[in-house]
Amino acid sequence: MNWVLVPQQVINGLLNGGTLALIALGIVLIFKSSEVFNFAAGHMVMLGAFLTWMFAGGEGTGEELFKLPLWAAVIAASIVAIGIGFLIERLALRPMTGQPLLAIILMTLGLSQVMEGVTTVAYGVQPKGNFPAPFSPSDAFNIPVPPVNGASIVFLDRLQIGHARLATFVVAIIAAVLFILFFQYTKTGLAMRATSENHELAQSMGIKVSRVFGWSWAIAGIVATLGGVLLATLSGVSVSLSTVALVAFPAILLGGLESFPGAIVGGLLVGLAQEIVRASTVVEVRNASDIAPYILLLIILVLRPEGLFGQRRIERI
Amino acid sequence: MLKVNNIEVVYSDVILVLRGVSLEVPDGQMVSLLGANGAGKSTTLKAISGLLRTQEGEVTRGSIEFDGQRIDNLTPDEIVRLGIVQVIEGRPLFQHLTVEENLRTGALFRSASSKEIAQDIERVYHFFPRLRDFRTRTSGYLSGGEQQMIVIGRALMAKPKLMLLDEPSLGLAPMLVQDIFGIIKQINEESGVSILLVEQNANIALKTAGYAYVMESGRIVLDGSSAQLSQNADIKEFYLGLTSVGERKSYRDVKHYKRRKRWIG
Repeated sequence: MNWVLVPQQVINGLLNGGTLALIALGIVLIFKSSEVFNFAAGHMVMLGAFLTWMFAGGEGTGEELFKLPLWAAVIAASIVAIGIGFLIERLALRPMTGQPLLAIILMTLGLSQVMEGVTTVAYGVQPKGNFPAPFSPSDAFNIPVPPVNGASIVFLDRLQIGHARLATFVVAIIAAVLFILFFQYTKTGLAMRATSENHELAQSMGIKVSRVFGWSWAIAGIVATLGGVLLATLSGVSVSLSTVALVAFPAILLGGLESFPGAIVGGLLVGLAQEIVRASTVVEVRNASDIAPYILLLIILVLRPEGLFGQRRIERI
Repeated sequence: MLKVNNIEVVYSDVILVLRGVSLEVPDGQMVSLLGANGAGKSTTLKAISGLLRTQEGEVTRGSIEFDGQRIDNLTPDEIVRLGIVQVIEGRPLFQHLTVEENLRTGALFRSASSKEIAQDIERVYHFFPRLRDFRTRTSGYLSGGEQQMIVIGRALMAKPKLMLLDEPSLGLAPMLVQDIFGIIKQINEESGVSILLVEQNANIALKTAGYAYVMESGRIVLDGSSAQLSQNADIKEFYLGLTSVGERKSYRDVKHYKRRKRWIG
């Protein structure tokens, strides 16, 4: 293990975890309102990134329909994402009302394939390198750390905090706090929490369950778009952005499926685990850094089956 | 006023569960619906509240009217907005929410100010003082009696004109059943909420409600004022567990199922 890399990797890991946390939040949101685990989350992220890229001018060949500044493109993409969210509820979820939960969950898996297909048809398979990122991946704050007793404790005697990574992190944390407040203190939040526990009961209380689902998918769409934009800033736009879900899933399970703080902490932990493994000699194992989150997940679930912050099942004996 | 006219209900397009049920709940009155397990009492309530649709059930014949408006083709949330609230059997709670959050869910569909809601919560605490002490507790951990109070309180938060109560006595100690029914009567009298009560415990239902219907195999077989019905020999025997002289019945004395056949089919 190359110890001088560790402090830098810890910082990178935590900051990368921010994006994961944001994406995890979107999945938790849908789970909390409808008990559906959204396997299409990664593809919503990818779609959000593509939409933003398209609204910001696409390939830039001169004949594009839109040429918006990035902030406007993000808003435009979010509006489309809201529309898609409601559309998913209307066309895919509502006909499934009353069906077993597993059927609905598998439906999201199908949805992800549809999204991938549509994106490929609309934008092609080539990765797009011209995402109008507000930060270049190489922009970074440099914090010099002098050697101690003549030995460096960090790589190149400085710590780097990438602008893009830092921005992602801050956006993710702000979004998470907003979510927690929204769920805890607004009427819609209460309706969502109630609906997640018992659809039939929520209906008998006059809650429009279909509208609650629609809103949660719409909000999840916005979150996914934000996540997509942040990811695209670091790595460009491509269909493979959707694989981020594979890393977000352990983050959610780690944190506890129903918990927003859990999603954040889970995201950060997974980011951390990946980067630390990347700095270690375990890297000789193929894809070690992708496996690391799942090993961490395994350990935590053995110790706490409901995840770090998950709801315990209430059982009165 | 609620009027159910000769409804038929079919589950999954094939299973006929209600075969012509008619009943009425006049304004401000309390009416009970008695019957054995599987008679179709809960189905009747679900047909009224619209929850039938979530369970693959359908009203195929007859009509349900509330204040002169047909409601048998409305969705559950539209029916709640008209002022009919069902308290589902088995006192289902939003277990992970606190007591007060549970109460609030009852008023979510109303566009009431937070001040009005606070007043309504106070009103619930007036009927169920015990809930005030538990307001911030996670509701899933409370006792059965307390949960029953939350469920009724939550329905009250909807400011209903008509409350459909499905077996409030289920699994509660006799003392608590007395208490709960006392409060139900109090709600009916003080707030003028009409109540349609489904019960297995015929004894307490006949004491609390003014009028009663008896169901058997998907149809109404008997109805009358509670005073009348409590004097009815069959009711006494099948539901109150007494013989005509008012003594406790012995199984040896009667082959009651033979006489009961008269009601079935």
